[in-house]
Amino acid sequence: MPIGIAVRIPFPARNLDIQVAISTTTPKTSVSAAPAKRWSQLSGLAKKEALEGYLFLVPNIVAFLVFLLFPMVAAVYFAFTDYDLVFPPRFTFLQNFRVMLTDGLFWQVFGQTFYWAFGMVPATIVFALLLALMINREIRGVLTYRLIYFIPHVTLSVAAAIVWLWVYHPEVGFLNMLLRYVGVEEGPRWLLNRRTAMPSLILMGWWKSIGFAMLIFLAGLQGIPAELYEAATMDGANPRQKFFGVTIPMLSPALFFVMVTSIIGAFQGFDVFYLMTRGGPANATTTMVLHIYNNGFLYLKMGFASAMAMVLFLTIMVFTVLQWGFARNWVHGFAD
Amino acid sequence: MTATPETLPETSAAAPVQYRGMSQSGSRRLGNMVTHALLSLGSILFAGPFVWMVMSSLKTQFEIYRFPPALLPESIQWINYVVVFRDQPFARYIGNSLFVSGCVTLGVILTSSLAGYSFARLRFPGRDRIFLMYLGTMMIPGAVLLIPSFVLMRAFNWLDTYYALIIPGLVSAWGTFLMRQFMMTIPKELEDAAYMDGATRLRIYWTVIMPVSKPVIATLAIFTFMGVWNELLWPVIILRTPEMYTLPIGLAKFQSRFPNQTPWHLVMAASAISVMPILILFLAGQQYYVQGIVTTGLKG
Repeated sequence: MPIGIAVRIPFPARNLDIQVAISTTTPKTSVSAAPAKRWSQLSGLAKKEALEGYLFLVPNIVAFLVFLLFPMVAAVYFAFTDYDLVFPPRFTFLQNFRVMLTDGLFWQVFGQTFYWAFGMVPATIVFALLLALMINREIRGVLTYRLIYFIPHVTLSVAAAIVWLWVYHPEVGFLNMLLRYVGVEEGPRWLLNRRTAMPSLILMGWWKSIGFAMLIFLAGLQGIPAELYEAATMDGANPRQKFFGVTIPMLSPALFFVMVTSIIGAFQGFDVFYLMTRGGPANATTTMVLHIYNNGFLYLKMGFASAMAMVLFLTIMVFTVLQWGFARNWVHGFAD
Repeated sequence: MTATPETLPETSAAAPVQYRGMSQSGSRRLGNMVTHALLSLGSILFAGPFVWMVMSSLKTQFEIYRFPPALLPESIQWINYVVVFRDQPFARYIGNSLFVSGCVTLGVILTSSLAGYSFARLRFPGRDRIFLMYLGTMMIPGAVLLIPSFVLMRAFNWLDTYYALIIPGLVSAWGTFLMRQFMMTIPKELEDAAYMDGATRLRIYWTVIMPVSKPVIATLAIFTFMGVWNELLWPVIILRTPEMYTLPIGLAKFQSRFPNQTPWHLVMAASAISVMPILILFLAGQQYYVQGIVTTGLKG
């Protein structure tokens, strides 16, 4: 049974929204499954069918070659060059990576990307799971709650950024207004302070991302057959045992899916930083993609930016592969 | 201190169906109350910023700065919306966004359904291997291709055009996957009847397969439209002239034009305008959205 991890990226360069799907089961097919083996073995009719099969794939194949394979190769090439868009790329071999290794700012940015990703993902999953469990308790208002908690996800990231800029505004912002109520005259300068800026953004990130994870968990919870719980009750399981013996294993594909895609998405965070802090103050909220954007499109250091993109790529790959490697041990029904 | 039905008529109304054991019902009801309380509190936190955005968009600038703040505006200032549309090209931004998102959505539906049909129902050498490879491409993080994609658009002379926003987005591996999974479940008899009548493959695709695939098309349409509508990074590097701006950039530029004194009432009105279309789309297609998450196989 193949596990398909699917991330909706209309174009690879586009913002990676975690619109994703996992499938541990191939749908039951009513069409004869086995594809033909060799072209020469096909009958006339089968040849026609095969030809049509390829023809239907043409738009996807062309787009794949032009907008994915070619840029991928170019991305690797640029990483080893000095390129400023004006003059043709000049091959410098490992120079970009050498600069990167000794560049304090790069390491700071690299670390901050981890700070963001691990500030975001585990907490989002825990909160989303708790929320889904509560909403799933057969109480009225499931639809209403689901909608309310999902609103942040459908809110345009720019609109969300604007509201939260106001929430965090040191003078007229909501948070400091609240603090004034309880007698704190000088509230923190949230986004303007190096120490509080990133946690503030992470808090906002929770608000924005919990709803989507919740929706997936809720769908997963509602797919658990009631008989499993009944059987567990018959065996005398207590609620705790039911949770760890039935709910978590049955939900593990959804958990795995959210984990993998959230990590991939978090490492590529851009909107929040670009819109709310521009990476400041003093680069305290600059993460990889913003740094790539700055180097490539503001300073026109396309080669250096490409080299950093490679590092980002490898980092994401390592985390994805690690998670797939561990999946066997805990994800229900997971097989290669 | 167990909550009794007498003191809580609301909870007892829902009770008969759900509670099996009498001994359990008391604690269960208390649990439900706690759950409700927590969820309500959470709702305020989650919907709060959104509600505040709408309320602020209907206030005067003076009211927004007032301390202590009030949730409701003293008198509703529709004028803010008029001002936003009059002084800023927001109508143009919305038009651009609708055009780009609409084109991409139509294109993705067409190409994904064609490819999905091919992968699901036609037999040809290498089919499943090609499909798996194509799925594999989804693991490539988009940010990695940012620079070469930009260079490519520049080489095509597509910078600052709709082409760069639309054409690279016209196919989707995820969409193909979604379509294939759905189309594999369509009974073969449906297709056979048309085939007997001498219909061509393309005709079967259009008159038999596509009509039955409406739910999954709706799912793909919603996901794609919302994704493109919200996109920021790609348009930011592609677009230069304000007439080309999509809504997210237009809004971002409008907000950043006032570094010191943000006219919050106008900015909030513009934000509310930008959120409305997508919220309406989500409300209208909510079941397809959720269905998309369920049918793509969380039943693992």
